[in-house]
Amino acid sequence: MTDLAIIAAISIFTAGLTIAIGSLGPALGEGRAAAAAIAAIAQQPDAAPTLSRTLFVSLAMIESTAIYCFVVAMILIFANPFWDAVQAAALVGG
Amino acid sequence: MQLTPDQVIVFTLWGLEVNATIFNTWIVMVLLAGISMIVTRNLRADVPPDRWRTTLEVIVKAIQGQIEEVSRDSARHVLYFAGTLFLFIALANMLLVIPGFTPPTASLSTTVALTLSVLVAVPLFGIARGGVWRYLKTYVEPSVIMLPFNIISEFSRGISLAIRLYGNVMSGAVIAAILLSIAPFFFPVVMNMLGLLTGLIQAYIFAILATVYISSATAASESSALIKAPSDPEEISSIAGKNPSNPKATLSETKEDTP
Repeated sequence: MTDLAIIAAISIFTAGLTIAIGSLGPALGEGRAAAAAIAAIAQQPDAAPTLSRTLFVSLAMIESTAIYCFVVAMILIFANPFWDAVQAAALVGG
Repeated sequence: MQLTPDQVIVFTLWGLEVNATIFNTWIVMVLLAGISMIVTRNLRADVPPDRWRTTLEVIVKAIQGQIEEVSRDSARHVLYFAGTLFLFIALANMLLVIPGFTPPTASLSTTVALTLSVLVAVPLFGIARGGVWRYLKTYVEPSVIMLPFNIISEFSRGISLAIRLYGNVMSGAVIAAILLSIAPFFFPVVMNMLGLLTGLIQAYIFAILATVYISSATAASESSALIKAPSDPEEISSIAGKNPSNPKATLSETKEDTP
């Protein structure tokens, strides 16, 4: 395999792995947070606005870890620095 | 596929390339400033408010209410700062519905710039409230051992703010573009609607987090001052003792008693 093929294969594999593992934890965490918030709203419907606001903020903060993984995966696929470097080197050398 | 609107050159001005990020930021700025100027042109007591002015007042009042709920102190400059952040990000994300408009928040440079302004504003507000030494003392607050961690947390907070907004908006655009090549008609519309919701929530979160950071800096700066926050359990129970039958009234009283 050429350098480019190795880099492409490893990048694509790692991008999939990043999204897979990186969405696992936030999904569990968001599920727990939403379940807790629903239980709290069922207990105290009066506090629903405060609870839902806090829920939204905390959901977004939990979700941001998944977003980091997504950004890393996107960089690996669409803006891979090693790919660019090898291509530039091939252009210079070839 | 491009991840950011940075690579799209709209026009070249005297050899200076103006990319889509800057151009779309200008559009958002012009819209915000223009609408505000047109609406508040006749801002006098004897002119009855029309529907535009009422809309603007509703928006500003809502932002003010949210800030007061979070920071428990209604400083006007926090309203100006966080409210501007919210309006800018929200309008930039809402303009997603216009075809061909990429939100400037889908570029990492815009979100980093916004985050830098937050990171500069936090010490400024803290120092303005409590003085330089009292603000610097918050870095060694539990003990001196925590000094490097406090500094690291300042940076990681900034990075997470920037990447969160960028990642959310960019992911919406990228997923819409990917779906456009798979299922061209229906699904991109649905994803764009989801992107609108996400964009509003992210604008809200960005502004709320900025408010929380600023109010934590100002509160830490004045915690050793004479003002005591009513998070003190004794004080709350004494307030609650006035009207124990109605917990909601107690809540609102606690809020009003806050300095």
